[in-house]
Amino acid sequence: MSAVATSPSYSQPDSDNFLVNSRGFLSWALTLDHKRIGLMYLVGVMSAFGLAGILALVLRAELMTPTKMFLSNQQYNQVFTLHGAIMVFLFIIPSVPAALGNFLVPIMLGAKDVAFPRLNLCSFYLWVVGAIFFLTAMLATGLDTGWTFYTPYSTTTQGPVVAATLGVFVLGFSSIFTGLNFIVTINTMRPPGMSWFKMPLFLWATYATSIIQVLATPVLGITVLLLAAERVLHIGIFDPAYNGDPVTYQHFFWFYSHPAVYIMILPGMGIISELMSVHSHKSIFGYRFIAYSSIAIALFGFLVWGHHMFTAGMANVTTIIFSALTFSVSIPSAIKVFNWLATMYQGTVKLNTVMLYALSFIFLFTIGGLTGLWLGALSTDRMLHDTYFVVAHFHYVMVGGTLVGFLGGIFHWWPKMTGKMFNETWGKISCLIVFVGFNLTFLPQFVMGSRGMPRRYARYVEDFQELHQMSSVGAFVLGIGLFIALGVLLHSLFRGRKAPPNPWGGATLEWQCASPPPYYNFKTPPRVNEPYDYTPLHFRGDDKGWEYVHPTESDAPRVDEVESKPATN
Amino acid sequence: MLASNFPALLADKNTTFFFPPRASTFAEETDAFFLYILWISLFFFALIVIAMVYFAIKFRARPGYQGDSRPLHNNALEITWTVIPTLIVIWIFARGVYGYIDMVTPPTDTIDINVTARKWDWSFQYPNGAIADTLHVPVDKNIRLLMRSEDVLHSFYVPAFRAKQDVVPGRVTTYWVRPILRGEYDLFCAEYCGDQHSEMIKRKGVVVHDQAGYEAWLAKAAQPPRNPVAHGYWLYSRLGCKSCHAVEPGKRVVGPSLAGTFGETLKTADGESVVFDENYVRESVLEPQRKAREGYQNASQMPSFQGKLKNEELDAIIAFLKALKDNPALIDAVKDGDLTEDEAKALGYWTEESDAGESDGGAAPAEDGAAAPDEPSDAASATESTPPDGSENGPTETATAN
Repeated sequence: MSAVATSPSYSQPDSDNFLVNSRGFLSWALTLDHKRIGLMYLVGVMSAFGLAGILALVLRAELMTPTKMFLSNQQYNQVFTLHGAIMVFLFIIPSVPAALGNFLVPIMLGAKDVAFPRLNLCSFYLWVVGAIFFLTAMLATGLDTGWTFYTPYSTTTQGPVVAATLGVFVLGFSSIFTGLNFIVTINTMRPPGMSWFKMPLFLWATYATSIIQVLATPVLGITVLLLAAERVLHIGIFDPAYNGDPVTYQHFFWFYSHPAVYIMILPGMGIISELMSVHSHKSIFGYRFIAYSSIAIALFGFLVWGHHMFTAGMANVTTIIFSALTFSVSIPSAIKVFNWLATMYQGTVKLNTVMLYALSFIFLFTIGGLTGLWLGALSTDRMLHDTYFVVAHFHYVMVGGTLVGFLGGIFHWWPKMTGKMFNETWGKISCLIVFVGFNLTFLPQFVMGSRGMPRRYARYVEDFQELHQMSSVGAFVLGIGLFIALGVLLHSLFRGRKAPPNPWGGATLEWQCASPPPYYNFKTPPRVNEPYDYTPLHFRGDDKGWEYVHPTESDAPRVDEVESKPATN
Repeated sequence: MLASNFPALLADKNTTFFFPPRASTFAEETDAFFLYILWISLFFFALIVIAMVYFAIKFRARPGYQGDSRPLHNNALEITWTVIPTLIVIWIFARGVYGYIDMVTPPTDTIDINVTARKWDWSFQYPNGAIADTLHVPVDKNIRLLMRSEDVLHSFYVPAFRAKQDVVPGRVTTYWVRPILRGEYDLFCAEYCGDQHSEMIKRKGVVVHDQAGYEAWLAKAAQPPRNPVAHGYWLYSRLGCKSCHAVEPGKRVVGPSLAGTFGETLKTADGESVVFDENYVRESVLEPQRKAREGYQNASQMPSFQGKLKNEELDAIIAFLKALKDNPALIDAVKDGDLTEDEAKALGYWTEESDAGESDGGAAPAEDGAAAPDEPSDAASATESTPPDGSENGPTETATAN
């Protein structure tokens, strides 16, 4: 037995590469390969992100002045609705789980595919159908309800509310199918030897996310159907004109949409757990605490929806209980941050592009988390609710957290997905510009909020103009940074150097197959090892990357020997 | 440019870097609590960032340095950084509840004011029956607002009071406040309510008087002007008409302009012809959707005023619309939402009764119109409304807060 047996990457022909093993449009459109589906999702969600990002810049440009520049009030409302709805439903919810998760979950398990490959493809097409439905509905006649569809505005306004909610309904099924698939995959397809506590933390995060997707998304489906029924049939549940109650709608809506916040952030946290460990070349600190905290967040996340409604007219006791529960969810997040930091201690920290994104995540997510304290506390929330303070808070979590984590993850797994190395210098520059631009955009918004600037305003009081202008300038800097990041990745496809199977020295299983992986991932099930034990890894130079040599095979063969030998099985 | 403007914001009177003026009893506790959380957060943020930067530099990969990749674990550390944040958030929770209880528990001796929110205006009904589109309250008295919405969700938000409360159709929500600082403050709608949501900014929409000033204002506000045209304008400016209907001919805000169409023959959405006469006005106010004009059928979100207006009031509105026809002087005077003393005098509708003292109510609402943030306070004190309201200078002086 040599290392060859456990490093199938060295033994497969290039023609098995999943990107090129079959060709033609149909080979992609009808593929059951989780990696291809993951890549198609990646292209899809990034297109949605690009569209919604441009809309954000339109909004920020309009807000340079307190009076009208180029958008009427009505157009402004439609643009912020589109921005929010596309970002939430088409980009951020499917971003990490569907794009990176699809690619990584089976490979990290040493498996060939997810448990239900056809369901997986179906979920992608549901996403496409939902997206088309949603976009045409919104672009055609202008939806202006905000992404939250609050009643009774949404039941009385003109505009394609029913079509848009049906789009959300379809997208919900896509999300449920993905979650279901991952739960079954992780439960049943872990290879022999991979106990729950030998799983990579990304899988723990994905598992926790999937639980939320499966349990919470049906409530969203019910909510939007009821909303459509109220609008069309006046069934009298949400609209006071027919004896309904708008606050009931808010309970329904946030019962999904708050857990959905954790659908958005938990996978990002999972990515950061991987990134911090691999690029610090250090076993993760407090594995079990991080794993349990993912599950804790998923469970607590179901109990805190009421904090979106502190000023909505709930009973006082209910409000106080929701405040207490809200604080409980802050603890597991704090634990994660401390554990990530401690992971660097005594490690070998490589300050490359990926690590800079991971450190940016910790910086920005910490601000996002801490500013939640003001909003969870009832008296300060009364002042800050529905102001720009809230806008800044959730952008720090969703953009500074999830998006930056997602970008870090894309850079980290890019060599694995495409087989190409990207330009480190420009990667670092993109991270720096994103970081500066992001903070310039959203830090001033906290101050605006505490001074009383309400959100969703097309026009505003002149006193806020300086802060709005800082924010707008920051938004364009952020846009440039993201554009550079995109450029770095696209450039690598054409000019990038060929990636070795394990360029960073990761110990999880995806690094033990070729870059890009063959369509069957592993010829033989790889031998399961500790996911964060870096002692068996040996660096063989930039071209060869890192090699995993099992501890029992201490007489590790040199790389040239490995290459010259044929596969033993 | 940005940097040079920044200190100017700090220099505003009565405001601090983070906060608008402290105009209610809630402000002291909320601001102090806000800053406590800020210090706690800054401490932990500094701790995290310093540790992050220190570790990233000290343990950075470099020639001649090899870190130790073996796992570390330390349960004592894990428990420490679980328990300490837990204790801190428990304190934050408790203090938040303490402030909250105060905010949602009105005292028994309150002045009750009924508030109606609608797209896209506020209407305040005072204990003596006066109705206005701005909130006037005496300083150092407990005020309770009983709030209803006629259409969609709104949220009553006065940053200087540090509190907001959603206004929910189908429910009455309450809000109480004890103002402690005389002045004029901005009133915002904080819950998205449609097209003109951001036009629900009411600059200086909340006026805190001294007791005498409040009473004087209240007495006047209960008296509409007698002249029908002036009365019609008075209603137009405080029933919310002006947030959707312009008085410049042909200008579309949400609904059609009110000017220039009286007596004309128009087309309805159904293709019928209709004469814009007294009957049509009456019908459109009471049943707005019945004969919507062509081109406006989709825009019509107007509430019915059935049961809310008396006959004389309908007549006054009709008189006002009639007067708007081919009357550039009147249009010029009222189109900016602000009717000055000179304008009112020149038009004649108001001045003929000015010696009676009652027409003040006609000019007063114009002067506190929402769209008049730039009206210099000197001009305001020069209007006829000043003599009976000795306190008017008080509010305008402290109004620099905004």
